[in-house]
Amino acid sequence: MNEMKAKTRREHHFFRTGYLILVLLFIYLPIAYVMLFSFNDSKSMINFSGFSLRWYEEMINNQDMLESLKYTVIIAVIATVVSTVIGTVAAIGLSKARKIIRTVILEINNLPVLNPDIVTAIGLMLLFLSLKIRRSIVTMTLAHITFCIPYVILSVLPKLRQLDDNVAEAAMDLGATPVKALTKVIIPQIYPAIFSGALIAFSMSFDDFVISYFTAGMDVQNISMFVYSMKRFNPAVNALSAVIVVVVTVILILANLIPVLRDKKINKEEV
Amino acid sequence: MKSFFRMSYPYILWIGFFIVAPMFMILLYAVTKGGNNTLTFHFTLENFGRFFSDPDFMRVLWTSLRIAFITTVVCILIGYPAALFIANLSERKQTMMILLMTLPMWINMLLKTYAWRGILMNFDDLSSEIKVFIGMVYDFLPYMIIQIHTAIAKLDRELLTASYDLGANKWQSFLKVTLPLSVPGIISGVTLVFLPAVSSFVIPKLLGGGNYVLIGTLIENYFLVAGDWNFGSAISLIMALIIIAAMYVTRKIDRGAEE
Repeated sequence: MNEMKAKTRREHHFFRTGYLILVLLFIYLPIAYVMLFSFNDSKSMINFSGFSLRWYEEMINNQDMLESLKYTVIIAVIATVVSTVIGTVAAIGLSKARKIIRTVILEINNLPVLNPDIVTAIGLMLLFLSLKIRRSIVTMTLAHITFCIPYVILSVLPKLRQLDDNVAEAAMDLGATPVKALTKVIIPQIYPAIFSGALIAFSMSFDDFVISYFTAGMDVQNISMFVYSMKRFNPAVNALSAVIVVVVTVILILANLIPVLRDKKINKEEV
Repeated sequence: MKSFFRMSYPYILWIGFFIVAPMFMILLYAVTKGGNNTLTFHFTLENFGRFFSDPDFMRVLWTSLRIAFITTVVCILIGYPAALFIANLSERKQTMMILLMTLPMWINMLLKTYAWRGILMNFDDLSSEIKVFIGMVYDFLPYMIIQIHTAIAKLDRELLTASYDLGANKWQSFLKVTLPLSVPGIISGVTLVFLPAVSSFVIPKLLGGGNYVLIGTLIENYFLVAGDWNFGSAISLIMALIIIAAMYVTRKIDRGAEE
């Protein structure tokens, strides 16, 4: 009897593990596939005919592709820095606002998060065009900052609300200026939330297609727009994808490791 | 401390100009006609009439809703067991699995869809619709798994023990305890899958070929090809209203499940 139970349990276990492996295979299939075919020596996406680096060479020589990569990074960096600053400052302000004001502003703040991207995108496009502002890298960056700030606020505000107000007040009672109280007391306590907000902002900006597509106009393209507007299948995109996958993985591993390492260091110092 | 509130003034200005004003512009364009010049507009509901009286537009709307609905259902069917199985792993393995499931979410969606385009070249006889489905389920599945997993992981294990003690078997405990208590996770998964799926226009275009039109594609065409901003705004408004209605209904179901 017990033996049978153990057997069915083992079968369950196999089934579960098998299922999860299948899901993971599905999730990683396209990533593995492009990485493999980025080393293909022919243009085919069906037959792997031999190893070569020609698509990496082609990627490095493709000016449009590199240009789009450059713009993507520049805009993502600017959008991350600006939205993290505005968002953090706004979140600190909002945490001290009256409830009704906070609720109304957060509802508006949530609009770009809940709205389909295309609605946010055409809204911004209509705004720029009606004001006769020519769409360019500037309008695109403004749009990116706009859809990044809500994520920073959503990341920072909950952390702020867990803070003990008394600590900042005590600092000010002890003679700290509000600015000092902010930089020496509040910010250090919410630093991890600011960091994760910034990380989300960066990835939202880096990956955005729809909003960029409608607000960038003709003279600037990010990676997504470049891929979308390609007329024919170009395996150099596989090489680009492979590079991005590796970079993203390294960044994510570092982002997950740095807090662990820092904690270890602090622990050591305490010992 | 109240003076700290002043720190949010720049942001309030920002959202006034970049979030509230654009929404107002869409509304304004949707209910007016007379070209793209804001100074000479006439109010009209013609744009909406034109959309609802044309069977072609209705068919596009129906296809978009159907595809988003089926995508959502498939994501639940594949995602629920995955979330449940992950929640049953040891804590360390759970963190590991969640990390593995979320990692591809950080990689550009266009690039992943482009990769599927390559894979699906091997299966030329699949219909456009199936290809679009595969792309959509792929893109949205991790969101569903994460949401359901969060709900199940929060669940109080004692409840299950109690249910076993009271004589329920595994299957009964699942149906009476785990499933009802994970409904909020399914609901937030649905909002993260259904809403973007309705308006998606990248996946249909890259995987479905040029002839596969969904409502997002329609909006894109009216803005960037036809240059008819009034009608394009009206379609976006209709889509936004349908999405709000869908959210309202899902929230109602959520409340109903809690009672």
